[in-house]
Amino acid sequence: MQQIIYFFLRNKNFLLFLSLFLLSIFINFRSNSYTSSKIINSSNVVVGYLYNNLTSIKNYFNLIEENKKLIEENQFLRLRTINTKSDTISNSINYNITNGNIIKNSYNLTKNYITLDIGRNQGVEVDFGVISSNGVIGIVDKISSNYSRVISILNTNINLNAKLKTSNHFGTLSWNGENPLYVQLKDLPKQAVLKIGDTITTGGNSLIFPKGILIGSIKSYKLDNSQNYLELEVKLFNDMSNINHVYIIENTKINEIRNLDE
Amino acid sequence: MNNIIKNIISAIAFILIQCLILNNINFLNSINPLLYIYIIVYFPIINNRIIFILFSFLYGLSIDIFTDSAAVHAAACVSLAYFRPIFLKLIFGMTYIHQVVKFKDIDLKQNLFYISSLTLFHHFILFFIEVFDSSKLILVFEKAIFTSIFTILLIVLLNLFLKNK
Repeated sequence: MQQIIYFFLRNKNFLLFLSLFLLSIFINFRSNSYTSSKIINSSNVVVGYLYNNLTSIKNYFNLIEENKKLIEENQFLRLRTINTKSDTISNSINYNITNGNIIKNSYNLTKNYITLDIGRNQGVEVDFGVISSNGVIGIVDKISSNYSRVISILNTNINLNAKLKTSNHFGTLSWNGENPLYVQLKDLPKQAVLKIGDTITTGGNSLIFPKGILIGSIKSYKLDNSQNYLELEVKLFNDMSNINHVYIIENTKINEIRNLDE
Repeated sequence: MNNIIKNIISAIAFILIQCLILNNINFLNSINPLLYIYIIVYFPIINNRIIFILFSFLYGLSIDIFTDSAAVHAAACVSLAYFRPIFLKLIFGMTYIHQVVKFKDIDLKQNLFYISSLTLFHHFILFFIEVFDSSKLILVFEKAIFTSIFTILLIVLLNLFLKNK
């Protein structure tokens, strides 16, 4: 017994190091499976407050460009409302849209997250989709009362259902962690007809995003190892390093569909 | 006591500089210097190792909270703190063993060697845990080496700046 105590005392530095190191590795693995601890993310009060203030300073220098983007989008939406006949809008609204600003964005890691300045108080919940005027940004994964954290599309853990704009062939969109301008679309059936420059949009199979939201254009494609599926390199429409204003999409029928699946 | 408060204030300052300024540099799309390890690299040589290791863990964890990286920085910082004496022994030899080495008056060549080895060690652990995929070892190497160059440069510059002051 005395020897055991003596052993612990002699190796206390090493044991402390080992336990802290294993603890951090444990936290890392937990965070990969969607259920990490509540404190270690940037949607908590202190960090959210700091990033919020910093962004308000940064935004000041970006106003001109941001205004231009909003005007362009307004123009586009106005065109669409003029061209849509009122009777094609269905009676039931499936999706609600709120908007928010990005207060922290990263794209240089392999697991990138974005923090938004709206949270539970503004009606955001986990698993809401986030898009900008140019396309998909990510999925909300953690919320606090006034901030929320989004898994960026530039995160090696994200998987999205995506399809070709011109046909209904779909595959899985993910990121290999290398270039923040390109993402990869895998498992697309090889009979799909496509050419370089074609548009990729979200597929209808996801409960999070409505069908047809823009993602990017095809840069190159090749057959994968099994020779049955195509692997596509997709150039994002969004410049992930320069985004500020985003829209949060809520699928109001999500619970109904989930109940059906169970 | 005075010293402890001073250290805590400088740690907070480093965290804020790292997260609010340096993490937004994004040189060539993906390179951000990690200047914050300066505090661990130049932590007083005569110290209580338990406190040093615990401090490094909390320090790394606070960087993690800002960057949403689970506990990657914490793991790397703890390893850096634990293995630092080995590097000190290798580089400063007898002067370290006799506890007469002082960071203030070591020569530039030795200092540069010391900074580089610790930075590379820290960055390799950091990116290896962050990526954690054996098929992407090249990516780990790329990131670790490019970021290290940037970090070493900044630490040397900060050294010069503090010396002149």
